[in-house]
Amino acid sequence: MPATALPPSLLLDVRGLCFARNEEPVFGPLDFHLAPGEALLVKGGNGAGKTTLLRVLAGLLAATEGSVQMDGRLVDQGHLARGCAFLGHLPGHKGELNCLENLRYGQAIGVPGAGTPEQALQEVGLGGFEDTLGRHMSAGQNKRLALARLRLSSAPLWLLDEPYANLDLDGIALVNRLIGDHVAAGGAALLTTHGAYAAPPVPIRTLELSA
Amino acid sequence: MSTTGLIDAAKAQLGRDLRLVWRRRGDAAQPVLFAVMVVALFPLALGSEHEKLAQLAPGVLWVAVLLSGLLTLDSLYRSDAEDGSLEQMLMSPLPLAWLIAMRVLVQWATSALPLLLITPLLAQLLFLPGPLLMPLMLSLALGTPLLSLIGAVVAALTIGIRRSGMLLSVLALPLYVPVLVFGAGCVVAAAQGLPWIGAIYLLAAGLALALVLAPLAAAAALRIALT
Repeated sequence: MPATALPPSLLLDVRGLCFARNEEPVFGPLDFHLAPGEALLVKGGNGAGKTTLLRVLAGLLAATEGSVQMDGRLVDQGHLARGCAFLGHLPGHKGELNCLENLRYGQAIGVPGAGTPEQALQEVGLGGFEDTLGRHMSAGQNKRLALARLRLSSAPLWLLDEPYANLDLDGIALVNRLIGDHVAAGGAALLTTHGAYAAPPVPIRTLELSA
Repeated sequence: MSTTGLIDAAKAQLGRDLRLVWRRRGDAAQPVLFAVMVVALFPLALGSEHEKLAQLAPGVLWVAVLLSGLLTLDSLYRSDAEDGSLEQMLMSPLPLAWLIAMRVLVQWATSALPLLLITPLLAQLLFLPGPLLMPLMLSLALGTPLLSLIGAVVAALTIGIRRSGMLLSVLALPLYVPVLVFGAGCVVAAAQGLPWIGAIYLLAAGLALALVLAPLAAAAALRIALT
């Protein structure tokens, strides 16, 4: 895994981060950091700003105040957090393409990593679904396909928004295993949850957001 | 970013977009059919006076092609924005402008290129004199990619707004007008025996400029519209 080759510096350094929508504060100010080999669990109820925080970190939303540094580089509106893997509420792949086509495209435009799409599909429990179109699969299966895309990327930082949503018990264990492997290989993960699920078995810190 | 990486990404993007067009081929054929119908209705509405039709032919053909291009604009990024694919493209380590350029290329090749290929037939339908076919084809070959590129920037600006079809047309049409004026004007000039190559050069210059700048502008507009 190329992630092990990273210097032991901070992957993510967040200082005084605030976000306001129409002058109404959503969260902040927040200060936290994330080093390789760590996972950060962002907890909070519905509407606490978990998704917004992740989108700000990814650079998909502009912060009102504060700074986000990723791998020593400043992330802002003009410079998205390229090279980190993002798993949002939306599937991020096409319903009209089958699993393999979706993964091959995801691999081509993502941060290239080890492994083949076929292996990744086996690993997330979608073996045998290679030729199934995205729109013919359930929400949980689409989530698994998105996880397979994540598995194929070698991005050191994973930003996972509600990775457990729509998944069965087996799928929740799968997410925990993937995060465990990634963190063990020197990567870092930041995941949000509203608190109803078991956390992955890795060194984990929590950040509470309140509405 | 290495050149091979860019070429591989371009292949992946082209492959994905062509597959998507093929899987939704009913929708993809719509703009072409629209243009054909518009052109076919003119002789029925105006009667079959050859000279009158021949006089109107360049304008009618150009307007039909332009309007059919406008129909495809809203779909350029809409489905990618709705299923989160656009987020993944934004987060990609590859230049967004490069991916967009490929997206626009596929859109042009699947909506404007088929029209370009059947233009000689459509011209026959309107009794366009044979010698005028050359300037018409040249102006369309240079003008349609230019329209697609301009449209890509405008569509990117309006992606944050749902049901933006009307706004999109209002924003795009003023930018389309110069292309229409030079494109149709060049054929009209040729019909009057005037030199027409100047308009072709201007369209070519516009296309060269748009090829470089439009993907960059569209990428910047997408970032602004989505953040």
